[in-house]
Amino acid sequence: MDFDLSEEQRLLKDSVDGLLGDSYDFEQRKKYGAEKGGWSKSVWSKFAEQGLLGLPFSESDGGFGAGAVETMIVMEALGKALVLEPYLATVVLGGGFLRHCGSAAQKAEHLPSLIDGSKTLAFAQLEKNSRYDLADVSTTAKKSGAGFVIDGEKFVVLHGDTADTLVVTARTGGGQRDRAGIGAFLVPANAKGVTVKGYPTQDGLRAADITFNGVEVGADAALGDPANALPLIEQVVDDARIALCAEAVGAMEESLKTTVEYIKTRNQFGVAIGTFQALQHRGSDMFVALEQARSMSYFATMAGTFDDARERATAVAAAKVQIGRSARFVGQQAIQLHGGVGMTMEFKIGHYFKRLTMIESAFGDADYHLRRVSDLGGLVGDQ
Amino acid sequence: MDLSFSKEELAFRDEVRSFFRDNLPPAIREKIVEGHHVSKEDLVTWSRILNKKGWGVPHWPVAHGGTGWSPVQQYIFLEELQATPAPSPLAFGVNMVGPVIYTFGNEEQKKYYLPRIANLDDWWCQGFSEPGSGSDLASLKTSAKRKGDVYVINGQKTWTTLAQYADWIFCLCRTDPSAKKQSGISFILVDMKSRGITVRPIQTIDGGREVNEVFFDDVEVPVTNLVGEENKGWDYAKFLLGNERTNIARVGMSKERIRRIKELASQVMAGDRPVIEDPRFRERLAATEIELKALELTQMRVVANESKNGKGKPDPASSILKIKGSEIQQTITELLLDVIGPFGAPYAPEQDDGGNELADWTTTIAPGYFNYRKVSIYGGSNEIQRNIIAKAVLGL
Repeated sequence: MDFDLSEEQRLLKDSVDGLLGDSYDFEQRKKYGAEKGGWSKSVWSKFAEQGLLGLPFSESDGGFGAGAVETMIVMEALGKALVLEPYLATVVLGGGFLRHCGSAAQKAEHLPSLIDGSKTLAFAQLEKNSRYDLADVSTTAKKSGAGFVIDGEKFVVLHGDTADTLVVTARTGGGQRDRAGIGAFLVPANAKGVTVKGYPTQDGLRAADITFNGVEVGADAALGDPANALPLIEQVVDDARIALCAEAVGAMEESLKTTVEYIKTRNQFGVAIGTFQALQHRGSDMFVALEQARSMSYFATMAGTFDDARERATAVAAAKVQIGRSARFVGQQAIQLHGGVGMTMEFKIGHYFKRLTMIESAFGDADYHLRRVSDLGGLVGDQ
Repeated sequence: MDLSFSKEELAFRDEVRSFFRDNLPPAIREKIVEGHHVSKEDLVTWSRILNKKGWGVPHWPVAHGGTGWSPVQQYIFLEELQATPAPSPLAFGVNMVGPVIYTFGNEEQKKYYLPRIANLDDWWCQGFSEPGSGSDLASLKTSAKRKGDVYVINGQKTWTTLAQYADWIFCLCRTDPSAKKQSGISFILVDMKSRGITVRPIQTIDGGREVNEVFFDDVEVPVTNLVGEENKGWDYAKFLLGNERTNIARVGMSKERIRRIKELASQVMAGDRPVIEDPRFRERLAATEIELKALELTQMRVVANESKNGKGKPDPASSILKIKGSEIQQTITELLLDVIGPFGAPYAPEQDDGGNELADWTTTIAPGYFNYRKVSIYGGSNEIQRNIIAKAVLGL
């Protein structure tokens, strides 16, 4: 049992924190958000230069062969700085599919440009009625000759408007909610029949609604088994949930820090408001919520490598419940303790609150995952 | 980073687990599972079994009978003890006065008291709180006046847990009435058989009598019973309270209680299905299990930190363990109460020697719920813990 980072991991943490410390304060972030596409190409290049984009990929694929802890370190740092760039969409989600089951040809085609920062990916999964159920897929991928024809609509595809390649879930067989008959396909965003409607999201990031209308792809577009890719999708989405937990921990940590600094300096009744016990106790409760969330982020990070899919799913769902609850509490109280200025766009705390709120519902909110933990039998088994 | 136990730690876990399973008298285990009081005799029996094995005071220094285990091993030991479930050794001796004596006491005191604590030859109780001094402990008034070779103690202590069994009480007494609050307090060991001591039980809302008032009326105590230096008692008390917090999460006990809830909720019917199949109940239980898992990891982080940096000052993050640990323990008693529902109504209070022929597992559940409101009050109330976090962690 050991919670320490290795020497290499500490170096990684220092270098990411250093990079973001230099290039990602709140004012700089505003500029990046105003750039075309809603994020900064030059920051993205720096991520590539520092090797962040190649982190989880094997050395033979041109990456660094890093593990779950390294991704956690990066995501925490991104959460702390409220980063807008498409790391989750490209490296964790899109890259996750390639890493877990990409063929040699698929990897050769996509990974070099992902790792060098010249191309990004996005994951097109959510549908009008699917909500958090990954097996609920109405988009179809019908066999046509050697390849497939994809038809359907996907919503709130994170960074879908700037992605070069989309990973699309689509049904090759079975009914709308069947576990079998689901495939995952690599689709160029500029393929004929793909219509992308991009827009900003509440937290200042960007997403897109995407329509697939008779989009033809080859047999080599399928990631893994086109008739049974749900276990793969679940694994990649679990990786994304784990990454989101770490991002939320980073955002909560910064929210608490900012809030404590604020109540130490804001004076009312002739004293700093941080001297009032009501506010001190609220701050303490925020600290408890943050540390409980951090513990579960660690737990989920470790669980990501469990071979037993059920055990992994239970652990990740449990972590998402804790993160969802802690994020809501810390986010709301950070605004409350800031008072009026917390309500303003120009103060950074509100932006943390909004990102935390979006993370809460990404890939399942606390209620959804609580039901899953309950259905999976909980965490306390027989001794 | 590696959150799993090493092969050696797993082997150690199996060793303590099977020792507890094979050596704890089944009748004692049964009492804990069903929520009955564990008697003085039970705890003495069990403490001596542990002590014979060399595990009476595992966390003490080896020179005083400790095991030399790592913080991780000590954590595993306690977890397994609670999960068995077995009675926890008497905290007033092994976690409170024992460490104070081996850290601040003189050789004679160490030689006399420590082995007797490890073997539960002496039952200790704690004389800290007073009617006017709860969270503001340093305002205590019980006085000890030096008169030749004795201190003469006058005053009143309260909330004295299991004083009715006690052979000894460790007291905070004011020895210098002119000094400011925290200075002028001394840490004195008092024989409960001394003339002038009266113990009066306090009945708590669950019907039990585990706490008492202890009155001191011109009680004469040899000055050799002073621990450390006169007027330095507050430092020793702070040291003692710091030790108290690291042990307070009780994750193992909560796991055992959750297993118990699952067992009972599968048996107790609500209409045509057992309670466990009620989705609302299940989700509340799952939410508690998640909180407990987070607490377990937080506790492991505190333990790992201790392994790395040595014991030293208590980690202020351990206040999280007190706050969340007590909240979870209380939630668990609520879930049990909701399982039993209206059949928890019959009142059959059990007293020291257990006896009440109407008592069974159903009559222990509501009292357990009532009684556990105490856990967010004692050991530094949860509000005091929030003060500690605000000051020591957030710098407010």
